[in-house]
Amino acid sequence: MTITATRPVLEARNVRKSFGHVEVLKGIDLEVRTGETVVVLGPSGSGKSTFLRCINLLESVDGGRILVDGNDVGYEVVDERLHELHPNEVARRRRDIGMVFQQFNLFPHMTVLENIIEGPVGVRGEKKQVAIERAKRLLEQVGLAHREDSYPRQLSGGQQQRVAIARALAMEPKLMLFDEPTSALDPELVGEVLKTMEELANEGLTMVVVTHEISFAREAADRVVFMDGGVIVEQGTPDQVIDNPQHERTRAFLARFL
Amino acid sequence: MTAHPVQNEASARPAAAPGPDISEARRRRHPGRWVAALVVAVLLAQLVNMLVTNENFGWSVVAQWLTAESIMRGLGVTLLLTVIAMVIGIVLGVLLAVCRISGNPLLRSVAGGYIWFFRGTPTLVQLIFFYNLSALLPTISFGIPFGPEFITLNTNSIITPMLAAILGLGLNEGAYMAEIVRGGLLSVDSGQREAGAAIGMTNARIMRRIVLPQAMRFIVPPTGNQVISMVKATALVSVIALSDLLYTAQAIYNRTFETIPMLIVACIWYLIVTSILYVAQSFIERHYNRGSRHQTTGFLDFLKIRPRASLPAVMEGPTG
Ligand SMILES: Nc1ncnc2c1ncn2[C@@H]1O[C@H](COP(=O)(O)OP(=O)(O)OP(=O)(O)O)[C@@H](O)[C@H]1O
Ligand SMILES: [Mg+2]
Repeated sequence: MTITATRPVLEARNVRKSFGHVEVLKGIDLEVRTGETVVVLGPSGSGKSTFLRCINLLESVDGGRILVDGNDVGYEVVDERLHELHPNEVARRRRDIGMVFQQFNLFPHMTVLENIIEGPVGVRGEKKQVAIERAKRLLEQVGLAHREDSYPRQLSGGQQQRVAIARALAMEPKLMLFDEPTSALDPELVGEVLKTMEELANEGLTMVVVTHEISFAREAADRVVFMDGGVIVEQGTPDQVIDNPQHERTRAFLARFL
Repeated sequence: MTAHPVQNEASARPAAAPGPDISEARRRRHPGRWVAALVVAVLLAQLVNMLVTNENFGWSVVAQWLTAESIMRGLGVTLLLTVIAMVIGIVLGVLLAVCRISGNPLLRSVAGGYIWFFRGTPTLVQLIFFYNLSALLPTISFGIPFGPEFITLNTNSIITPMLAAILGLGLNEGAYMAEIVRGGLLSVDSGQREAGAAIGMTNARIMRRIVLPQAMRFIVPPTGNQVISMVKATALVSVIALSDLLYTAQAIYNRTFETIPMLIVACIWYLIVTSILYVAQSFIERHYNRGSRHQTTGFLDFLKIRPRASLPAVMEGPTG
């Protein structure tokens, strides 16, 4: 393994976040290395989504530090102190972090193709032809070749979510965040999305996935993190955490899926 | 191996279900509608009778003045005023709405204060106020605040009735448009902004590419209503002696004492303009609804009394 292959893409140190008086994240430490797939498990309200949203600064962070590919997303270091960046600079840094949402959030007024090239062409200033070529490749990759002219509402939930994945991939992100990508889907559509994600994991995409799909964690995760009450309770390989959990809270949570 | 009976099944028609069939059902009768139609017909006949036999309408005078040059010029002023006031109103409304939902508390409260003032005072009063601006500010100067002044103008010479009317109607419209635009912006799911932000779009770009296009569906229909209201609201400017359609008609009947015919002339033009706008609005509305499942009915459908059979029942109004 080369040195760059193990460099952390995500470094979260002692991340804290409160909503009003409620502390939702109470010091999260997490490192994700290039090519790693980390699955985050945890009961509802444990702060999984909040943590994910803090990584690309959709949610502001109250304390600690988050580095993506060695940079603070929302700050720059001047004289050993962090200085808040202009929102446009934050937007620029977000390009490297893809995100897939529970509710897909495709742009309903744009076709599938327009959804996918909006980032590369509109944000990164890529040539339209180049972006279209890549968009078509990505659509093929997620199993939706020739659907580029459809509007999102003409697709099933599973298809929409795969388009959303393609849209995020079109920016060639260094890190992909998935927030319960299959929770809004009918059971029979979950498999197609998980399969796409497993393929991405196998291809070496760096991913942090919040999900309740234990089977996906077992198949695709390099590491499983269990969160509860705003802290990481335990983490390790899927075998360690899922099959041999050390903490009572982890056992209680997993018992529900057996 | 057994032979598949698929082919036989495919060619065989499903046997007709025994007993009565919905397609032959007797339609429900609507005796109430016939009674209502009769009542309306009688009332209409009376109305037509009065319109024709009552000399006071002065239809010949109406015909004579309907396309008179002075009336046309008045109509031109009314239309010009409508367009300018609406343009000011829409631009101002978008700016105010963006301020209203911005993260800057100062901008938020300034915009809120503006909307509060202009919606809370009568348009007529605002018009008269702008017309009499010189009483408040005898001169208007451009220069450095509290510093030297470069240009000083006499307020009376620049506040013509036209400018007072534009200011009065436009600034007032801005406040109403702001609320319409704000409602439209808030109707777009916050997930849309987040999805835009997640692919690295700046706030301005998210607004332009993601939020505004989707908000349009909620902004355009009430804006159409505002334009139609504005055509009628311009009649207020006759109090500041601007020769719009109504003022021109008034000026004529003050000379000829043919009050009712001249008011009818004005009404006919207002009706023509608002009807055209209504048709245009329904076309624009349909354009913005393209791609959404909810299709608004067009102008012709609106005129039809019978609901379209192809429309699902939920889209029809309550039936009698
Ligand atoms: N915008 C917000 N304002 C106030 N409280 C919030 C907000 N967002 C989240 N919370 C609270 O923070 C806590 C953690 O929420 P979060 O969405 O991160 O949990 P989660 O682990 O993703 O749960 P789930 O599995 O249900 O998605 C919850 O108690 C929630 O009510
Ligand atoms: Mg969540």
